[in-house]
Amino acid sequence: MAERFDAIVVGAGPAGSAAALALAREKFSVLLVERGRAVGAKNMFGGRVYAWPLFELLPEWEKDCPIERFVTKESLVFLSGEASLSIQFDRPRASTDRASSFTALRPRFDEWLAKKAEAAGAMLITGIKVDDLLMEGGRARGVVAGPDKIPADLVVIAEGAMGPLARKAGLLPDMKPESVAVGVKETVELPAATIQERFNIGEKEGAAVVYAGDASMGLRGGGFLYTNKASLSLGLVVSSEDLARKKVEVQAVMERFRLHPSVQRLIKGGKVSEYSAHLVPELGLGMKARYVGDGVLLAGDAAGFLINNGYTFRGVDLAIASGIAAARAAVDARARGDYSAAGLASYARHLRALNVLTDLETFRATGGYLKNERLFALYPKLLLGITEKVYTVDGSGKERISEIVLDEMKGKAPLLKMLKDLLDGARSM
Amino acid sequence: MPAGGPFRILVCIKQVPKAQELQVDPKTQTLKRVGVPSEINPPDANALEFALRIKDRMPAEIIVLSMGPTSFDESLERSIGMGADRAVLLTDRILGGSDTVPTAHALSETIKKIGGYDLILCGEETTDASTGHVGPGIAGHLDIPQITYISEIDIVDGKVHARRTAEDGSEWWEAAMPCLVTVNFGCNKPRAPTLSGKIRVKRGGVIVHWSCADVGIDPNKVGLKNSPTIVAKVDTVHLPPRARKLFHGEPPEAVAGLLKALVEDGVIRP
Repeated sequence: MAERFDAIVVGAGPAGSAAALALAREKFSVLLVERGRAVGAKNMFGGRVYAWPLFELLPEWEKDCPIERFVTKESLVFLSGEASLSIQFDRPRASTDRASSFTALRPRFDEWLAKKAEAAGAMLITGIKVDDLLMEGGRARGVVAGPDKIPADLVVIAEGAMGPLARKAGLLPDMKPESVAVGVKETVELPAATIQERFNIGEKEGAAVVYAGDASMGLRGGGFLYTNKASLSLGLVVSSEDLARKKVEVQAVMERFRLHPSVQRLIKGGKVSEYSAHLVPELGLGMKARYVGDGVLLAGDAAGFLINNGYTFRGVDLAIASGIAAARAAVDARARGDYSAAGLASYARHLRALNVLTDLETFRATGGYLKNERLFALYPKLLLGITEKVYTVDGSGKERISEIVLDEMKGKAPLLKMLKDLLDGARSM
Repeated sequence: MPAGGPFRILVCIKQVPKAQELQVDPKTQTLKRVGVPSEINPPDANALEFALRIKDRMPAEIIVLSMGPTSFDESLERSIGMGADRAVLLTDRILGGSDTVPTAHALSETIKKIGGYDLILCGEETTDASTGHVGPGIAGHLDIPQITYISEIDIVDGKVHARRTAEDGSEWWEAAMPCLVTVNFGCNKPRAPTLSGKIRVKRGGVIVHWSCADVGIDPNKVGLKNSPTIVAKVDTVHLPPRARKLFHGEPPEAVAGLLKALVEDGVIRP
């Protein structure tokens, strides 16, 4: 018996599972194919999920979602030498609302979401790599996996940052060093009570910390730390272009980051139980992905749907939202009986309705702004230098703050350039 | 060969703990089986691969047969994913503790119930017990020819041709069918499951579970109490502690000291 599906979704990460779930609910016959031996086996992320799209997809999500901790404490920490400067924001959680975010472990979160797709009627197959799109007359008509050709009206490519299928199909340009960053992460096991004490949080509360400056040894990028129930997710996202150009190994940057006194204090005594690395799409819309093709849609990281604006890292929420939008576009295409790019064109509108494209556009300029190296090396150093002087009383005579600032800035960069950076920053954020 | 019906190959498999993942409990000195991932007994996977290669060349039906707990479905599903047509699991509490004698009996009864077979393929032995009894035992109960330890097989003019590994070389044998062969470990590379195979598993209906009553197996012939094997003793080899001698000084001096010590201990000759 020849197999055939209305839709085949490649990749059971958040984008793929969300698409499969939404499609199955709309009575599409759906095949969800995952390359990893188990769902979540090949996936990695910092550790935080912004919950809003789950309200769209699964109104009852909180009941059984494998939440580690709700984020109630946000910190931005500048590192320089041995010193650090933190900005902290506490938001005790009264109830779960659309502004909630939580920490999670990908193998468990991804498995949970894939199971929801299965429960809705999608067929989930793991341990199979899709090699190619099944092309006929210049359009996608299914997938090729090993000896098998499985036809479908629509293929949703949610294969992640590497995007091999999307690249083969000409929907993504070739990968360049500047189009991806390298993410590395270690999971550090600590007792829940120790985590709560060190981060000054309650039993179900969690902290999210973003590190700037010396975290990345002056390379473009930053560090992150998220509290899980009984472990911490500690990691870095660093420009692969800078790593290559400066001939620095990412593990050296990570080692230095974890040894910084302000990080060490938090992870001390913990046992590193996992070490992982993954590519992170860097350019957002600048990657110039064509996310709609004939018989095919791109979702999640494969489409470059990721936002890093310097203070929040967003991937999973945009992935889930793009999966929902892909299913809505498929419903429109089915109604018109046309799965060509023209028939699927409403994808952009649905992405916009869920604010995926809108947010990506808003922060499009940030990507360029965050390319400015002064942001990662010079300014954190200046900031820490000024702060140190402001808080130093050693009897050697005290300057006014304005004098300290001018003193510190002298000779480091032209004042005009710094002013321009400041304005650019304000504009792009 | 039975008239009519498709060419039917039965492949007997067992699910075993993955050898590379096995650990010995340092305290009890027994194998830790809990939480260890399972796999198709590797020689059985080689047997299945031979069946699939025959099916690649001629119309054939492959039925995979196993005896064990329902967790064995994992390996049966993998077999279907690789290309087998269907699978039978003989599963019953009263089979618990069966050694190779009742196992060969129970499997041969199950094979009689399936019927219509032309060729039975087994692995040479299992990696968890290494007896190599069950394949020949089944052939004995069914009273059919058997060729053990084969590394090549072909069907020529309705007969089985197989290369049998002997102690100092190999022998080519020919046998009439139905016939049973046991397959050498590592003589081929078992294929990976395919997408269409895995879809067939998901569609369901390809694996059946039979109890002893379903097959008509006499409960007084199976299980622990009908198993003559007695495990008298299990010994663990304890490695002697290392001497931990350090040879100090400049490299030429240290090496000279090491060589002298090795000669003194009789490890090497001067």
